[in-house]
Amino acid sequence: MKTPVSTSATLKAAAPDLIPPRKYKQYAGWLVLIAVLIACSIRTEVTPYQLITGLPQMGSLLREMFPPDWSYLSTIWGPMMETVQIAILGTTLGGLLAIPVALLCASNLAISRYVSLPARMILNLIRTIPDLLFAAIFVAVFGIGPFAGMLALVFFSFGIIAKLTFEAIEAIDPGPLEAMTAVGANRMQLIMFGVVPQALPYFMSYLLYTFEVNVRAAAVLGLVGAGGIGLLLDRALGLFRYDRASVIILLTLVIVLVIDYGSTIIRRKLL
Amino acid sequence: MKNMTSPLSGKPSGSVIGSRIRFALITLFIIAVYYWSVQGMQFEGIQGTAGTVSRSILQGFLHPDWSFVYIAEGEDLLRGLLDTLVISILGTVVAAVVCIPFAFWASTNMSRQLAVSGSGKIVLSVIRVFPEIIVAILFIKAVGPGSFAGVLALGIHSVGMLGKLYAETIESIDRGPQEALIASGANRLQVLRYAVLPQVIPQFLSYSLYRFEINIRSATTLGLVGAGGIGTPLIFALQVRNWNRVGIILLGIIVLIILTDLVSGWVRRRII
Amino acid sequence: MAVLFPITDNAENLPFRNPLQKVGPFMIEFDKVSKVYPNGTVGLRNINLTINEGELVVIVGLSGAGKSTFLRSINRLTDISTGEIRVNGNSVTHASGSQLRHIRRDIGMIFQSFNLIKRSTVMRNVLSGRVGYHSTLRTMLGWFPKEDVDLSLDALQRVNIREKAYIRADQLSGGQQQRVSIARALAQEARVILADEPVASLDPLTTRQVMDDLKRINRDMNITTVINLHFIDLAREYATRIIGLRAGEVVFDGTPAEATDEAFAEIYGRPVLQDELLGGA
Repeated sequence: MKTPVSTSATLKAAAPDLIPPRKYKQYAGWLVLIAVLIACSIRTEVTPYQLITGLPQMGSLLREMFPPDWSYLSTIWGPMMETVQIAILGTTLGGLLAIPVALLCASNLAISRYVSLPARMILNLIRTIPDLLFAAIFVAVFGIGPFAGMLALVFFSFGIIAKLTFEAIEAIDPGPLEAMTAVGANRMQLIMFGVVPQALPYFMSYLLYTFEVNVRAAAVLGLVGAGGIGLLLDRALGLFRYDRASVIILLTLVIVLVIDYGSTIIRRKLL
Repeated sequence: MKNMTSPLSGKPSGSVIGSRIRFALITLFIIAVYYWSVQGMQFEGIQGTAGTVSRSILQGFLHPDWSFVYIAEGEDLLRGLLDTLVISILGTVVAAVVCIPFAFWASTNMSRQLAVSGSGKIVLSVIRVFPEIIVAILFIKAVGPGSFAGVLALGIHSVGMLGKLYAETIESIDRGPQEALIASGANRLQVLRYAVLPQVIPQFLSYSLYRFEINIRSATTLGLVGAGGIGTPLIFALQVRNWNRVGIILLGIIVLIILTDLVSGWVRRRII
Repeated sequence: MAVLFPITDNAENLPFRNPLQKVGPFMIEFDKVSKVYPNGTVGLRNINLTINEGELVVIVGLSGAGKSTFLRSINRLTDISTGEIRVNGNSVTHASGSQLRHIRRDIGMIFQSFNLIKRSTVMRNVLSGRVGYHSTLRTMLGWFPKEDVDLSLDALQRVNIREKAYIRADQLSGGQQQRVSIARALAQEARVILADEPVASLDPLTTRQVMDDLKRINRDMNITTVINLHFIDLAREYATRIIGLRAGEVVFDGTPAEATDEAFAEIYGRPVLQDELLGGA
């Protein structure tokens, strides 16, 4: 079945002028982006020139941070551990609170839509508020100290874990649930024996993931007075003790890395 | 507590006794961790006035200070939110551009030696570990308080995550088009332009928008440490316990974040 | 679009460089070529042969016999260990970077998996075959001259998918995508087309269409074509010359008429199997 060359000519006659599609939308998109950038640059007076000249200043700051004042390590060890404690308690309480809410939100558990939709909306609202804002508010209510930081992390973790978990519940295999319903299980039994075994590894994994995020968060909560290592960082910077600040930052990095590493190993075993 | 440990010990293991011992050890360990955490938490710092303060906060949130939304001559809610938005846009753009060389550095299929991409990956994860607030504080010390420090903080911090995502994108591209271009006599730059970039640019843009959604959340808090945006009036309002003003600012932040999420999600769907 | 090159039934009027105007016949020469991979696998063993202008050579052999290595060593996508390969009198083996790019410009390549940029338009893909002709700066900006666009449209017309020029490549069927990659080689004004298992991922019907395209281009435009195939009936039907490889060695080199079932049994070291026949036709 050979195609003769002449069909090309007939095709050409059928489509005499192939006009490339105009890319107005694409061009418009880039133009809008550039216009926005220029407007932003004017508004904040941040120009590319400043960006380039600003970086060397950062370099001189880094020079002031070395050598670190290692003797300060013994002073900051306690607050550093407090930071980890804040993260552990905040994550756990947030995770526990998240369980019932996740169950309410999951659409496949057939709980009334009048419950699940508002519950989801509240979750979305909570997740729009950054952890540091929660901390600032709780410090105002409960006073300076780790308790306010812990509460901030409770709310913050609650939003993340509940969302991830209800999505995991919605993704579980419906087979066991149907089998349970078929043998006449009630809603509680359904959740205990149908949902929990499938969703629990995911929940644990999210809990650990949130813990990793929270350790980072807890390290800065002190900047608004909510306990932990951040308070000392703020003080060191306020007194221009950059050698001490660098010790705090380095220790924070080490702790964060160690916890990330451990948590990643456990998570890999869970899933 | 029992529930939480069961998936750890529930793994199939050699003997029943062995798994029982493991279960007991893990349970003990977890109990110890929680005991340590709880006794470290000092509750004595809690103010006795918490109840009354809570009530006045609730009052404030229920009666937001609408007059703060727009003030003709000075710092108001709209200007603060605009600054926050602007800081996060600029920070994201800075990061999206700066991370490109890092991403090519860190992706395994762009260099022969594994040591090259490995070192790039380490640099990116070191950048990622720094919380942006700490980066912001350092920049405030370096260049003074204001939006500029905020832009730099977001820009530098986001390089860590964006560079990693970009590098993963580059690593996942189809090698075929590169080979086709090489076979037709293209040089390295031409291969990059015609075989690599068309495959990665849409994904790059999508990740940058995703990072923008994260950055706008961070940008609201940058002001708490003095790096510009809506956080600055918020920390003032908190310090003088002007709850009506705190209420309107929180409301503004929530609206801003929901709006930007909607816009960004819409653009992302159109790109891919 | 202004028609710079009026299209008629006559292929000679198409705006491709007429290969016959070049001085001397265009040949591919293998001179004592061997290839041993770093892990010790022998890819090619002492190959000595010449492919003449206008031939349609089909390389056959079991998988792992060195078919791909043979093809890819011609444009040096794979480096050879010893010996020399010359294309149009120029040594591929000893060419420097820019010399090699110039040689490669004359050699179009077609792959089993098409190797198109799936998100780009068909036109972008075909134009990408032209980048070797322009300065780096110009190609970085993406400014192709109008002649290139016309050339690409005509190349697409050669394979009967001109009307798809501004459609994204991933919206085409497998056979159409392979035609786009043929058009890319044509727009490149290649004088040789190398096709590495071009029909292995296509169904029998589109296989014949793509092979017909390759055959027609080979005949009408006098483009030397080298194809790796594993369907032996296709090899007999389309080739002007069949080369059989076994463990990196040439064990058969002759006309399709000489390539009997016995000859194939010799190449494969065993009788021909049913799945090595495409069937039909």
